[in-house]
Amino acid sequence: MFKKLALSAVAALGLFSGSAFAAGEGGHVEDFDFSFEGPFGAYDQAQLQRGLQIFTEVCSACHGLKFVPLRTLGDEGGPGLPEDQVRAYAAQNFEVYDAELEDTRPAIPTDHFPENNGVGAPDLSLMAKARAGFHGPYGTGLSQLFNGMGGAEYIASILTGYTGETKVEAGTTFYENHAFSTGWIAMAPPLAGEDVEFADGHSNELHHEAQDVAAFLMWTAEPKMMARKHAGFVGVLFLTLLSVLLYLTNKRIWRPIKHKPE
Amino acid sequence: MAGIPHDHYEPKTGGERWVHKRLPIVGLLYDTIMIPTPKNLNWMWIWGIVLTFCLALQIITGIVLVMHYTPHVDLAFASVEHIMRDVNGGFMLRYLHANGASLFFVAVYAHIFRGLYYGSYKAPREITWIIGMLIYLAMMGTAFMGYVLPWGQMSFWGATVITGLFGAIPFIGEPIQTWLLGGPAVDNATLNRFFSLHYLLPFVIAALVAVHIWAFHTTGNNNPTGVEVRRTSKADAEKDTVPFWPYYVIKDLFALAVILAVFFAIVGFMPNYLGHPDNYVEANPLATPAHIVPEWYFLPFYAILRAFTSEVWVVQIASFLTGGIVDAKFFGVLAMFGAIIAMALAPWLDTSSVRSGKYRPQFKWWFWLLVIDFIALMWLGAMPAEEPYASFSLIGAAYWFGYFFVILPLLGVIEKPLPQPATIEEDFEAHYGTGSDDGATAPKPAE
Repeated sequence: MFKKLALSAVAALGLFSGSAFAAGEGGHVEDFDFSFEGPFGAYDQAQLQRGLQIFTEVCSACHGLKFVPLRTLGDEGGPGLPEDQVRAYAAQNFEVYDAELEDTRPAIPTDHFPENNGVGAPDLSLMAKARAGFHGPYGTGLSQLFNGMGGAEYIASILTGYTGETKVEAGTTFYENHAFSTGWIAMAPPLAGEDVEFADGHSNELHHEAQDVAAFLMWTAEPKMMARKHAGFVGVLFLTLLSVLLYLTNKRIWRPIKHKPE
Repeated sequence: MAGIPHDHYEPKTGGERWVHKRLPIVGLLYDTIMIPTPKNLNWMWIWGIVLTFCLALQIITGIVLVMHYTPHVDLAFASVEHIMRDVNGGFMLRYLHANGASLFFVAVYAHIFRGLYYGSYKAPREITWIIGMLIYLAMMGTAFMGYVLPWGQMSFWGATVITGLFGAIPFIGEPIQTWLLGGPAVDNATLNRFFSLHYLLPFVIAALVAVHIWAFHTTGNNNPTGVEVRRTSKADAEKDTVPFWPYYVIKDLFALAVILAVFFAIVGFMPNYLGHPDNYVEANPLATPAHIVPEWYFLPFYAILRAFTSEVWVVQIASFLTGGIVDAKFFGVLAMFGAIIAMALAPWLDTSSVRSGKYRPQFKWWFWLLVIDFIALMWLGAMPAEEPYASFSLIGAAYWFGYFFVILPLLGVIEKPLPQPATIEEDFEAHYGTGSDDGATAPKPAE
């Protein structure tokens, strides 16, 4: 009978995660397929590099990535750029203020991506974890249990969700967007398709670009995902093995108690 | 130590005798680990070990996290990202610590409901129960303050809402709130004191755990039959018990390993499932999140807090009788804390002479309804404060109080309990047989 209680405890854990009720209901979020979904999913290095290119050429005009160190572009389980490319990328794309020089200088790998609050656009370092694309049903959290939190899907859906309609309210232009909770977003459509040219000739139509940059932002939000899944997998494996050994030990020591020889 | 008669530690060598005469610490550890334990404990008696493990896990991961964390409103959020990105294994430490809190509460709720079902709170274990409730309260305080430390949006607004509850106390509420916050609003002073207390309280919990264990090692464990271990002689006691080591240590470790396998799957594959996305947005006093939702383990009591609006007649009566001093907000706060106090009072509210719910045919139904009520309230606590959820919350809250203040006292009078076994040995043998030469194939006797 108390198995029932244990089960209900587990069910309660699964059913009532606070995040299941986050804001954002109302927007339509498309369930994109990402390579990093599920317990064994991994980042696609080429996709992260394409996403980095889109971020650099388009998003970085307004958005920052202030929590992301540039050197991590060379990390394993990330975009994996060679060291010289990381150095070149930093120097060519970003200027940072150096307090010692009392002047700006080209960025080096130990710097972070710069902050960018020029037009009040939010920092994107953690955006893929700060939004949930999936909700419910009925406050149960089951959707997130099976589909994941949906942060990357949310970003890709926003980027592809524009209808082309605009309205002006109190001097601000809003753009109609199916994925946004209120239906109208202040960000002008950043991508239209064919915004960047990929060196490897990969498709640059809107849907692909949106997905590539969403994958890149998932990486900026959770750069250690591969190491985490690996640790989780090793943990589960060893604990399962330990459980078997302890189960057998337990059976063995209780046998004389449960079956007393007369 | 008083308790069940058993063999005590005897120092054998000269060195052991030398230490024992001066500090009988080996004897204390021996008596603790070899404590006679009822041999019929079922799988619901494993949660104590899980809880002890959780406390150790939280303290160890917490101490290392503190080495890299900065309690300042401008730096806290960035220092958590520093842990996630730059500290070796830091992402694992933080996810273990954050999800460890959830495991802690899963275990404590299972532990509490086990106690409620098997009457573990009844005489002579009232003090064990009260200490347990104090531990639970300290856990809630620790978890709440810990959630504020990453200084995300939900940290900030959760702190604002919860400390606001104290502001609802008539007359002295606002000074208390200001005193708690260290200022007129949640700010750096609040973060610093929460950090300090978040580090302190786990050690208070550890001390309370020692007292909790001391208390039930004096009274002996309860067990599924609720029948006490015979203390008439060592030989009698040995028929009802086995030493904690190795029998229950190994059994509990097995259960712990299974639970940790699930825990590692959550930490490794979905570490943010139980968290809130808004907490990955840095705290901003100027932007209120659309929904402020507490962590899942607070939801049942949060639902009770919100259930008592000014439209509820009990609230209106209370307000009328006190000349408006008890308003809906204060009533809700009283109800929330009252719901926990009701649990703590269970030893004196339950009038039944039978300890274990196993032999109480009517009690069982009410108990399982309470479990369902608890889960329903957890769900309702996360739903928006509107109909029909508000009415459901009120029904759920009413049942919670009804169970403790009406049903438990009445059942003892009107319920006819089932016959109980005379001894633990009898119950144990009914399950596993009295044995034969070929122990492995001992048949179960007809029941």
